[in-house]
Amino acid sequence: MPHLLSILIWLPIAAGLGVLALGDRNIAAGRWLSLAAALATLVLTVPLWNGFDTTTAALQFVEKLPWIPRFQAYYALGIDGISLPLIVLTAFMTVPVVIAAWTVIETRPAQYYAAFLIMEGLMIGVFSASDALLFYFFWEAMLIPMFLIIGIWGGPRRVYATIKFFLYTFLGSVFMLAALIYMYVKAGDYSIASLQALPLTLVEQRWIFLAFLLAFAVKVPMFPVHTWLPDAHVEAPTGGSVILAAIMLKMGGYGFLRFSLPVTPDASRELDLLVIALSLIAVIYIGFVALVQQDMKKLIAYSSIAHMGFVTLGAFVIYEIVRATGRIQGAGMGLDGAMVQMISHGLISGALFLCVGVLYDRVHSRQIADYGGVVNTMPVFAAFMVLFALANTGLPGTSGFVGEFLVIIASFRASFWYAALAALTLILGACYTLWLVKRVVFGAVANPKVAALEDLNPRELVVLGALAAAVLLVGVWPAPLLKVMQPTIHHLLTQAIATKL
Amino acid sequence: MNPNLLLAIPLLPLGAAIVAGLAGKLIGRAGAHWLTCLAVGASCLLSLMVLKQVWWDGVPAYDAPVYTWLVSDSMHMQVGFLVDRLTALMITVVTFVSLCVHVYTIGYMADDPGYTRFFSYISLFTFSMLMLVMSNNFMQLFFGWEAVGLVSYLLIGFWYTRPTAIVANLKAFIVNRVGDFGFVLGIAGVAFYAYSLDYRDAFAAAPHIALASVPLSGTASVNALTLICICLFVGAMGKSAQVPLHVWLPDSMEGPTPISALIHAATMVTAGIFMVARMSPLFEYSDAALSVVMVVGALTAFFMGLLGVVNNDIKRVIAYSTLSQLGYMTVALGVSAYGAAIFHLMTHAFFKALLFLAAGSVIIAMHHEQDMRRMGGLARYMPITAVTCWIGALALIGTPFFSGFYSKDAIIEAVGESHRWGSRFAYACVLLGVFVTALYTFRMLFMTFHGPERFREAPHGHDDHAVGKGDDHGHEDHGHGGDPRESPWVVTLPLIALAIPSVLIGAVTAGDVLFGSYFGHAIFVLPANDVVAKVGADFGGALEFALHGLLKAPFWFAAAGVACAWYFFLRRPELADAAAHRFRLLYRILCNKFYFDWFNEKVLAPLARGVGLGLWKAGDQGLIDGALVNGTAESVGWFGGVLRRVQSGYLYSYAFWMVIGLAVLLGWYLTHP
Repeated sequence: MPHLLSILIWLPIAAGLGVLALGDRNIAAGRWLSLAAALATLVLTVPLWNGFDTTTAALQFVEKLPWIPRFQAYYALGIDGISLPLIVLTAFMTVPVVIAAWTVIETRPAQYYAAFLIMEGLMIGVFSASDALLFYFFWEAMLIPMFLIIGIWGGPRRVYATIKFFLYTFLGSVFMLAALIYMYVKAGDYSIASLQALPLTLVEQRWIFLAFLLAFAVKVPMFPVHTWLPDAHVEAPTGGSVILAAIMLKMGGYGFLRFSLPVTPDASRELDLLVIALSLIAVIYIGFVALVQQDMKKLIAYSSIAHMGFVTLGAFVIYEIVRATGRIQGAGMGLDGAMVQMISHGLISGALFLCVGVLYDRVHSRQIADYGGVVNTMPVFAAFMVLFALANTGLPGTSGFVGEFLVIIASFRASFWYAALAALTLILGACYTLWLVKRVVFGAVANPKVAALEDLNPRELVVLGALAAAVLLVGVWPAPLLKVMQPTIHHLLTQAIATKL
Repeated sequence: MNPNLLLAIPLLPLGAAIVAGLAGKLIGRAGAHWLTCLAVGASCLLSLMVLKQVWWDGVPAYDAPVYTWLVSDSMHMQVGFLVDRLTALMITVVTFVSLCVHVYTIGYMADDPGYTRFFSYISLFTFSMLMLVMSNNFMQLFFGWEAVGLVSYLLIGFWYTRPTAIVANLKAFIVNRVGDFGFVLGIAGVAFYAYSLDYRDAFAAAPHIALASVPLSGTASVNALTLICICLFVGAMGKSAQVPLHVWLPDSMEGPTPISALIHAATMVTAGIFMVARMSPLFEYSDAALSVVMVVGALTAFFMGLLGVVNNDIKRVIAYSTLSQLGYMTVALGVSAYGAAIFHLMTHAFFKALLFLAAGSVIIAMHHEQDMRRMGGLARYMPITAVTCWIGALALIGTPFFSGFYSKDAIIEAVGESHRWGSRFAYACVLLGVFVTALYTFRMLFMTFHGPERFREAPHGHDDHAVGKGDDHGHEDHGHGGDPRESPWVVTLPLIALAIPSVLIGAVTAGDVLFGSYFGHAIFVLPANDVVAKVGADFGGALEFALHGLLKAPFWFAAAGVACAWYFFLRRPELADAAAHRFRLLYRILCNKFYFDWFNEKVLAPLARGVGLGLWKAGDQGLIDGALVNGTAESVGWFGGVLRRVQSGYLYSYAFWMVIGLAVLLGWYLTHP
């Protein structure tokens, strides 16, 4: 299918504009249009996956049109093994968001659906852009719908949360833009491939690396620039939290893999301990902080930060592996682990936020203390919640295990202590997640509101069921996912290990 | 061996679990128990077939992948089966005990609203345990390892409205996770040095790994294989409840009794023992790690047994007994007597499952009363339960001719033959442990089945600080009334089915499994470490071994324990109370379980929460948000305020500042010519 990537980007955006045009008065049609567009986008990832050549690291489904000739900027698209899974994840996670909103969103529903569909297109654009300026365009454009989603449909402190979210992410991005422009001046065009091939001195690399680090660390988010995330999650509506956790955080990890490692390999090697230290702090410090949260969404938000620590750890531990063993063998496992962790975290955190949404729609509280004994009145929901919670603790057989396992194995090659500190997540993750489950799901019925709860409706059942299937599938048989990534990861590893000096 | 049949062994229970779990309402209660029992029964038959093939027919071990889980950086991680003699023995024990427990559950859980869910869980458990023991690689081992932990978590919290149950299951999972923390590091170490997760490659690399060392800090380093083995053993300490990670097992008694028998006595808790035996080709090359294993096992064997003497909850007494017996197995591993450990695992699986199910039978008759102080004299009313329980007890204390004798005596003698560091201490522990075992076992037996009938008395509050938590178990109060009755046949049949191997299995198999060449290549022992061979050198048949056992120290220790139990708890019970008063300090320490729980609940847990709260309030909210983020915003605001004042729009203000500026510039030029 020609222009498949363009269709994947612009189909949801066009549908979003269509929903806007239909307006709130025709919201029944608008809903079905949104669902159809989200499903069509998901279905279109099937030919993308099937047509993807898993034997090469070269960009595929390439499209290139002049965009701003004055700056040698092209509308250039193309995907490799690290973009493809993230695009599929984006298309997959938008469907539950649309379904979950069905009867829940009552104010300005048309704009709500439109925002998510447009955002879907823009996010797919981020993952498929092969021109840095186009990448930057999508990267920043994507903030606008999310800004609106939190700002319009958010909770009481939404203004504080949106401004914090916007300033944080925007501040980081500006430095990235500066770095991109600097390199454009040297390279003569914005193609990501030529930026990756551009020779840079160590001093230049350091500055560019730090600029990228700021941009991506905010998105991941890494300690200490993470505090916008709990606030944004708490205020965001359910769908916003799902997309934020499932896809937006992955932009940071994607950026590290797409830009930091291949564009500034020497600076990455030089400053890897900084990133590793921040990652381990994220795993442990944030794990403890998650333990004492009283708000379910905040707890899951902190858990997200801890889990994303494995992404950055896996990405940068490769340099320490080479340093410690003198060999490249096993380093790819860190990158594999980082990628799988991103996909898995997208599924699990999205599912957990949907679970909180199910409870919030009924009780209108996110406070753990307002629940207790939910299993008595919602046994089916409880089964899903327990499954996703266990996946969040990295139980083997669920997707949550795969990435953490690979990263821990890879870290051991670099140092026993990295592995030991990272493996603390086994204990901390179980503590904060299962303590949450104990207080919310198990026990006797705690109050009249819990007693009045009704179990999942068919709509919610489909959404959580699909996510559960995905979590289990990736956990039981991750081989296809790894296979798609393999040549790209190998290529990335050689780029990251090579020196530009 | 036919791979499809091997695959069917774990998949049948899995399929039954899925159907019973998802379509429980559709197939009904009878449908659920028939389906799961038939599936596990079929697995049991297939396991017996496999056992026959590897034992009598001499079929070589099966070792092949089922499917590739993933390939990362050219490391193939596969799901696959290794079915050798060790595996065959394990799957037979697991499926047989599981089948007994399935049948028993039909009676025990008859009134429970969660009937189908329970069958789904225990079938899922059987699947997980089979995956664990049939694995040929560390990834799948870890999968089974955590999956049995998951089902244990679900089953301990089966009665999820009980506050104690949902604390106990959280505790069990977290303590097991502490063990798994070590376990996963051990696996990572194997992956590093062998660059494979398959047992075959790891075992082949063991002698080389033993030569490598892992740097821990600037100058300190540790032998790589020792580090790996100790890390793996930390996992075993969690799963097999060794000190100090034992704290979850007594509390796991919050779960229904059938799972106490299946999971927390016969199978899951022995996973750690199995794992170390399976890893014998690794552990054999690290004396240091084996010494650690031995000492931890010895501590558990003796000190956890002591706790059984003061507890009044019938299930918890048996739970402490399980801890102590797991300690015996661990000691055996530590002296390289892996075969003896597995042999004790097998005999223990039968007689301990029997004891738990017998206790469950008593609990049914007592209307879910678990406090032994409100029992007594039950032998008259429930003869089958009493006789089978006696058989289990005799086997547990190692009475010659009973199965437990062969396994325990072999372990004690093997420890006696060992010269590994710590083996003297371990020998003292296991020998004294025999006395303690007999004491608590017969105390339990006498308090439950003999002596005065205390169950007719009205339930009384606990005026003394007893350990038993029997009083918060009121999930099904039928009210008391009438004489206790023997349990229905679905309950007694499994008791009888387990009593037979509890008596015979030791005598029948000791020659082959314990001292013979049953395990073949499945267990690896360096010739210099082979203490079992020394013990078995003069083995002249099971009968002679048992007769000889009558003359040896362990028998007399056990006899003394039984005599003490009889005198203190049946003949002169007031003496036991007097002793408790006389040795108040010791009694207090035992009643408080050596203060492990106190430490965890009063020190460790508040500390973790305090650290979390401190980091959150001081770090996230104070430093980052308070000082940096909002501080930046405020300083920008302040700066903006200053700028705003500057751009006041008043002409005189601008003029004033221009004059000032001119004066400063002129002054500067004049002073710096």
